[in-house]
Amino acid sequence: MSRTVVITGAARGIGLAIAGKLVDEGWTVAGCDVLAEELQSLAETLGDRFRPFVLDVTDEDSVTETARRIEEETGQVFALVNNAGITRDGLIMRMSMADWDSVLAVNLTGAFMMCRAFSRGMLRHKEGSIVNISSVVALLGAAGQANYASTKAGLLGLTRALAREFAGRNIRVNAIAPGFIETDMTRELPEAVRNDYEDRVPMKRMGAPADIAEAVSFLLSDASTYITGVVLPVDGGLTT
Amino acid sequence: MELENRVAEIIIDKLGVKPEQVTPEAKFDTDLGADSIDQYELIMGFEDAFGLRIDEEEATKLTTVGKVVEYLKGKGLDQ
Repeated sequence: MSRTVVITGAARGIGLAIAGKLVDEGWTVAGCDVLAEELQSLAETLGDRFRPFVLDVTDEDSVTETARRIEEETGQVFALVNNAGITRDGLIMRMSMADWDSVLAVNLTGAFMMCRAFSRGMLRHKEGSIVNISSVVALLGAAGQANYASTKAGLLGLTRALAREFAGRNIRVNAIAPGFIETDMTRELPEAVRNDYEDRVPMKRMGAPADIAEAVSFLLSDASTYITGVVLPVDGGLTT
Repeated sequence: MELENRVAEIIIDKLGVKPEQVTPEAKFDTDLGADSIDQYELIMGFEDAFGLRIDEEEATKLTTVGKVVEYLKGKGLDQ
């Protein structure tokens, strides 16, 4: 029987690559995103094993209700990938409380609420794997990203705390720290900035969303059953 | 089966303790060696077995075997 994985931010970028990869591997993917139209067209291209759920991860009631619907429709949820994330970059002097709060709400509080919503079911079944998509920015920092970097570092704390909380229950919790990855967000950067990014990466190139999907696949699979609480950089050597 | 026995059975199964340890006064943490997540799972076990939801505030008060039995009796489950 097909295992179910819940992915947030599944409509675009890295989340989309993860969803596609896991559907190909035979998972049933509950793809959550605020982008309803994109989700719907994905359901058409990815087929029956991709189930779209329109969800704003900052809305507590909506998270609770969506988790209930997902468990009702797909049965046991084996895995959760917290990928939803936004940026509101700016120097701290110019960073409004709204810029700070909105990034915190999606990237960190959203992940917390998703973990909380699905942990009861995982405990009941005594198995599960959670992957939080952090960032190299959590480890290196980045000028103009005080809010984003704080949330991505916060995800590492969440990962390690839950790894310990669930270690005796066959529920693993890990994080991936992507480096510079080719997505809509990075494609919009000026060429000079992109070149500078590539220069800083020891492998001298940006990564692809598929590189992150491969790492997620590994951390959800039975090939990694003794791995919990780790942060796996997928960054071409950037953090070495 | 009597309510007390059903409760005891769940505790024995979950915590792997001996039946004689499961007295009404036995505290889940100090007497029966349950950590916080064990206690959460016990509450889940009672909820499943008796078909009810125990809210978090109530759950934190159910620290002994006797308190669980009293709570369930209060919910009319000893009929």
